[in-house]
Amino acid sequence: MNMITAKNSGETPFVEFERVQKSYDGESLVVKDLNLSMPRGEFLTMLGPSGSGKTTCLMMLAGFETATYGDIRLGGQSINNIPPHKRNIGMVFQNYALFPHMTVAENLSFPLELRKIPKSEREEKVRLTLNMVQMDSFGGRRPAQLSGGQQQRIALARALVFEPELVLMDEPLGALDKQLREHMQFEIKSIADSLGITVVYVTHDQTEALTMSDRVAVFNDGHIQQLASPDTLYEEPENSFVAQFIGENNTLEGIVQEIHGDTCLVELDGGELIDAKPVNIKTTGERTRVSIRPERVEYNKERLSNDAHLLQATVMEFIYMGDIFRTRLSVAGNQDFIIKTRNAPDQVRLEPGTEIEIGWLAQDCRALDAPNGTI
Amino acid sequence: MAVIAKQEDDSKQDGLILTADGMSLKKSLARSLRMQKLRALMLILPLLAFILITFIAPITDMLFRSVENQIVRETLPRTLNELQYWDLSQKKAPGETVFHALYDDLEIAIERKVHTRLGTRLNYEQTGFSSLFRRTGRNLDAIGKIWQKQFEEFDPFWKKGENWANLLMTSDWINNAKEWEKTSDHLQPPFVLKPELVNLLPKTTEAYSAFARYVQLEENEALYKKDPWPGIYIKLYQDLISEPDLSALSGMGADELRSTAQMVSTFETISFKDGFLEIDKDWGEIDIWRTIQVYASSYTSGYFLNAIDMQNGPDGPELRPENERIYIILFMRTLYMSLIITFFCIILGYPVAWLLVNIPTRKSNLLMILVLLPFWTSLLVRTSAWKVMLQQQGVINDILVWLGLVDDAARLVMINNQLGTIIAMTHILLPFMILPMYSVMQTIPPSYLRAAKSLGATNWTAFWRVYFPQTIPGIGAGSILVFILSIGYYITPAIVGGTSGVFISDRIAYHISSSLNWGLGAALGTILLGVVILLYFAYDKAVGIDNVKLGG
Repeated sequence: MNMITAKNSGETPFVEFERVQKSYDGESLVVKDLNLSMPRGEFLTMLGPSGSGKTTCLMMLAGFETATYGDIRLGGQSINNIPPHKRNIGMVFQNYALFPHMTVAENLSFPLELRKIPKSEREEKVRLTLNMVQMDSFGGRRPAQLSGGQQQRIALARALVFEPELVLMDEPLGALDKQLREHMQFEIKSIADSLGITVVYVTHDQTEALTMSDRVAVFNDGHIQQLASPDTLYEEPENSFVAQFIGENNTLEGIVQEIHGDTCLVELDGGELIDAKPVNIKTTGERTRVSIRPERVEYNKERLSNDAHLLQATVMEFIYMGDIFRTRLSVAGNQDFIIKTRNAPDQVRLEPGTEIEIGWLAQDCRALDAPNGTI
Repeated sequence: MAVIAKQEDDSKQDGLILTADGMSLKKSLARSLRMQKLRALMLILPLLAFILITFIAPITDMLFRSVENQIVRETLPRTLNELQYWDLSQKKAPGETVFHALYDDLEIAIERKVHTRLGTRLNYEQTGFSSLFRRTGRNLDAIGKIWQKQFEEFDPFWKKGENWANLLMTSDWINNAKEWEKTSDHLQPPFVLKPELVNLLPKTTEAYSAFARYVQLEENEALYKKDPWPGIYIKLYQDLISEPDLSALSGMGADELRSTAQMVSTFETISFKDGFLEIDKDWGEIDIWRTIQVYASSYTSGYFLNAIDMQNGPDGPELRPENERIYIILFMRTLYMSLIITFFCIILGYPVAWLLVNIPTRKSNLLMILVLLPFWTSLLVRTSAWKVMLQQQGVINDILVWLGLVDDAARLVMINNQLGTIIAMTHILLPFMILPMYSVMQTIPPSYLRAAKSLGATNWTAFWRVYFPQTIPGIGAGSILVFILSIGYYITPAIVGGTSGVFISDRIAYHISSSLNWGLGAALGTILLGVVILLYFAYDKAVGIDNVKLGG
């Protein structure tokens, strides 16, 4: 699927949050001034730590919570006052919420019955949907007789059987083991793509978010920190929270000395100088936190430009992980500086205690805001 | 693979797998399991014993009483033996032989004072028996005295019990008996009759044996001094009238016996039947004899028939007259009022259980305390409180009158009737409904309702199609609890039920503690137990007992 965003699609957005706020107790805001628009057919993931407001957003969209302030629109229509059962939104719950007293087929038939679809048509739709999730022969079983993965498929089928245009998924894969989870990620994505439905997916698993989504909204503290496609999110995090939350990350703190267009010079707290790319710093003398991905750190001087600034590092630990080597360094007072190298035939295995010099390309090292909290 | 196969071969002999020390695996497994089972059994042994002694044994005994009827056969063995030749169709009271046997049976029964118990027993089946047996008990001696007097007037020898003993017993035994009386620290030597007399006076010796057994074993008095019962004079008369050959007889009393034998033909006699009719003319009633005949067997369906307003008529079981029927009405009332109470408990308990689950913890804890509060108050206090509330000069009526809703002259009757029982029992049994419902509702995640709504269900549909079916196990458990508790309830209906609101348990209590008709009480209890078991199976068929959850 193409990377469609609301900005370049031209038509009216399908799902829209406008200045939405939510408070449960009247004292603190769980969702603070949320703005989000989604085009039809997009797979959007809301990613964030627990308590970041992502599930609340989903519940407001589904209609189980009401927005304290602001407008939520679906297909251009405000749905603030529409009860959940009239929204026609499919939903997959964290614990599947399959009705235990009904068989699989009855579970799937339930939304169709409520829509007064004749029996023969109902049966046909149930059959087709079960076929889609490859559970044809399980129609007569009770949910309790199914494995976790099978229940997950049925929950998905039930959310799709009445052909909603929007499907919400609240951490649907949380209860599955790793292998099954990866398999289901792929399956959910391909079903969503083939049906062309719009999906809002909530998870706290960043791998899941990156592999499945067209766009990811990173939530923290009731705000969307960044809303971007997975590759942008990973390679160009806009602030230190996103950089920290998505993927593995090394950070160093210091003060900006010079800014020259898209490079800048940062003096670390220990006095060392490094090159970086200014992202959300504006003036020299500002405190910054630089972020560099472990796989972009280089200790082979041949691959670095001659004028690159180098840092002294001590190898603390070498971990063999099969496909990659993971080496922990002590760099400029940071004991947890990680570098990752591919397990290639000519790759050097660094021994603990070895002194090396490391460096990187300026554009791989992003100078971000220095948080006033702790990270 | 080959190595493993080899090892397996080593440990197998004759197809048996062996453990390391060469024992059969099966045996050693059974041994280790047996140890485990034994240890487990020891743990539950005190409880098991407790249940057996205090629960199963009394209940079994009680249930047994509902069919047990040995008292008739034990008390009137000779009568029943003769009565089997009595032909009911002739519409006449039985003949002389039956009355003679009755005299023999009653004589010893009266000595043992069991004739009143028999009277009470038979009175359950037909009124009049109790007084009949009492009167007969007081006057039975009059029949035997007719003979006794003539014997004693003819020869004072017959007055003294010692003379009888000397006549009938061996001299060895007499000596032993006298020896025994001096010390009387060990068992009385069992009486020994003179063998020649057993042949000469068969009836006398038989009757005297019965008398002797009673005196020695039950009274434990000195037999040889004891004056015989009047019935023995009758037997002696009967023996002597058939002119036995007494010429060879010697020893003490032989002469007196011979001289009396010559005179007995002049003795005046009456028939036993006339004697009994003189005591109470009811002995001539066919019904009396029919009842005795019907309840002759050691086990009877009489109590059960009685418990369902029936009786054993001449042509088998039949309904009692309409004005004597009560138990069926009470059973039906118990059942339908229990159903009503269960229904109201469901209606009132369901929302409370729902609230308990769905309101914040602090409030639900408070509510839970309110639900449990009745458990901490005495049942009697709660029931009496309802009396205060519901009576005509009670709180509710006062308020209604004060509000002007009810006229002072027409205060509502809310107690001492079925309404009072229903109100008080619904209140008392409500926690038993709420708690199972609560524990089941607690296990239903709120996401089910949300899922239903997201699929297009309105609040009502979501509740009715998704939430409610999942609470049925709780409703089932609560209903079974409340229903079973209520059909056996006693105190509350007894206090607030008046006459129209009492349950069958009231009758059971009456028969156990007041009328002492334990058999009938046991039969009523057994029927109640049967109804519960029947309903249990019906419920199992309809809903499935696996669907009953008290929690989890």
